[in-house]
Amino acid sequence: MKRYSAFAIAREAFRFHSGWERAWKSPTPKAEYDVVIVGAGGHGLATAYYLAKNHGITNVGVLEKGWLGGGNTGRNTTIIRSNYLQDESAAIFELSRTLYEGLSRDLNYNIMFSPRGVLMLAQTEHELRAWKRTSHANRLAGIKSEMVTPERIKEIVPIIELDGPRYPVLGGLWQARGGTARHDAVAWGYARGASDRGVDIIQQCEVTGIDQTGGKITGVQTSKGAIKCKKLCVVVAGSSGILADMAGFRLPVESMALQALVSEPVKPVLDCVIMANTVHGYLSQSDKGELVIGGGSDGFNNYTQRGSFHHIEETVRALIETFPIISRLKQLRQWGGIVDMTGDRSPIIGKTPVDGMFINCGWGTGGFKSIPGSGWATAEMLADGEPRNLAAPFTMDRFKEGRMIDESVAAAVAH
Amino acid sequence: MLMLKCPNCGVTAEETEFAPGGEAHLTRFASGSEDQAFSDYLFARKNPRGVHFERWRHAFGCGKWFHAARCTATLEVFGTYTGQTSTPPDDITAAVKAKRPEWEGFK
Repeated sequence: MKRYSAFAIAREAFRFHSGWERAWKSPTPKAEYDVVIVGAGGHGLATAYYLAKNHGITNVGVLEKGWLGGGNTGRNTTIIRSNYLQDESAAIFELSRTLYEGLSRDLNYNIMFSPRGVLMLAQTEHELRAWKRTSHANRLAGIKSEMVTPERIKEIVPIIELDGPRYPVLGGLWQARGGTARHDAVAWGYARGASDRGVDIIQQCEVTGIDQTGGKITGVQTSKGAIKCKKLCVVVAGSSGILADMAGFRLPVESMALQALVSEPVKPVLDCVIMANTVHGYLSQSDKGELVIGGGSDGFNNYTQRGSFHHIEETVRALIETFPIISRLKQLRQWGGIVDMTGDRSPIIGKTPVDGMFINCGWGTGGFKSIPGSGWATAEMLADGEPRNLAAPFTMDRFKEGRMIDESVAAAVAH
Repeated sequence: MLMLKCPNCGVTAEETEFAPGGEAHLTRFASGSEDQAFSDYLFARKNPRGVHFERWRHAFGCGKWFHAARCTATLEVFGTYTGQTSTPPDDITAAVKAKRPEWEGFK
């Protein structure tokens, strides 16, 4: 792999940019792999990358139905934060955020990580107490976050209206080291790094069946033929239920649409990420100037990657009360992604009832921020055959054993 | 935006008038049952891409629960029916079968 650098740009400038090579290879699938990963989104590619980099396992195939990074990785609102309440979540999300800080250098690919700060508004007394509790939990977990007063919030976000009649801003939880990153670049960077280390990324290769003998995984049937494997890891977010059905078990997961929208581009008005959970809305401003706005997920099972208009309306209606300046902006475009929601709003990383088949799913509405940590933990599990400390709390058994990692209540809504 | 007809009061309305209630026709396991059965009743879901039977409540209307058969891949509603049943009635399954000949039937 030719490294990207300032020198490389200068060199290519003198030869009509003829020397750039493809960022990742497009091989034909081998007959057999040690590990097959289904799904070339951020989590699948990060898993492949860390399998190769941390564990030296390079006989890996990543199968993708569409194109890499074309699902939720390309549809989220790119927020990165780690101020979670529960210790188990804090560990994996903080690892993730830490990895994001050094990811551009690690991958030699500019993922445009922007630690611009994430501010979670408290707009009810209940929420204020909840964020105080979270800030104490964060301190115990070694995560830097702090409670800020309305006056400080006005300094951080001058466009905010603090005294809204229905939702006055009473305080906020500020994580200065949270922020955003370029979501496509995260997928592309991991793909390039994994491909360089010998991982086969096979796009437009849909898994149509899962082969098992005596309860043990032997391979997968795909639109490009049968592929054998020793270990199989399913990392397909909203489509997890379909793959689980192929393998003959059920997941504690429901697939729903989560929508987002961007406004027309405007001059810089907002230089951090705002989450207003009471009103189900969050926004940030992209480098192009568009306000990137997300809301809550639609309430019913849905695989269509589109949601109901009234959710967008509710989100925007509430946000313009706290940010009156955005009330006249036009919506540029709107889209939806299919998120896999678990009962406790925490992910599932672990084994499945089928021997040799592993799963990473259930990230729900919080998948992007967790890509590096999730890939790291899943790679550990695939290398050892057992989840290590980071992933161990997130096994599917927790629903049976009643040890939920309850971020549902902790996050109030948006996650 | 879904359009649903409430079989209790006969009103056809947009989905904002209704509240979704998740997968229908679950077998209830409570205290005294096996851990796995109780856990599956609470959490494990079919979550199909295609025909889905689900519960809805006419929250901003008559307030009563009912069932709907809907396609999660296209959002097409095949029909709604009474909440007082543990399996979809024949006319609903026939309506689904007419639109989705490959559908394997209610399981």
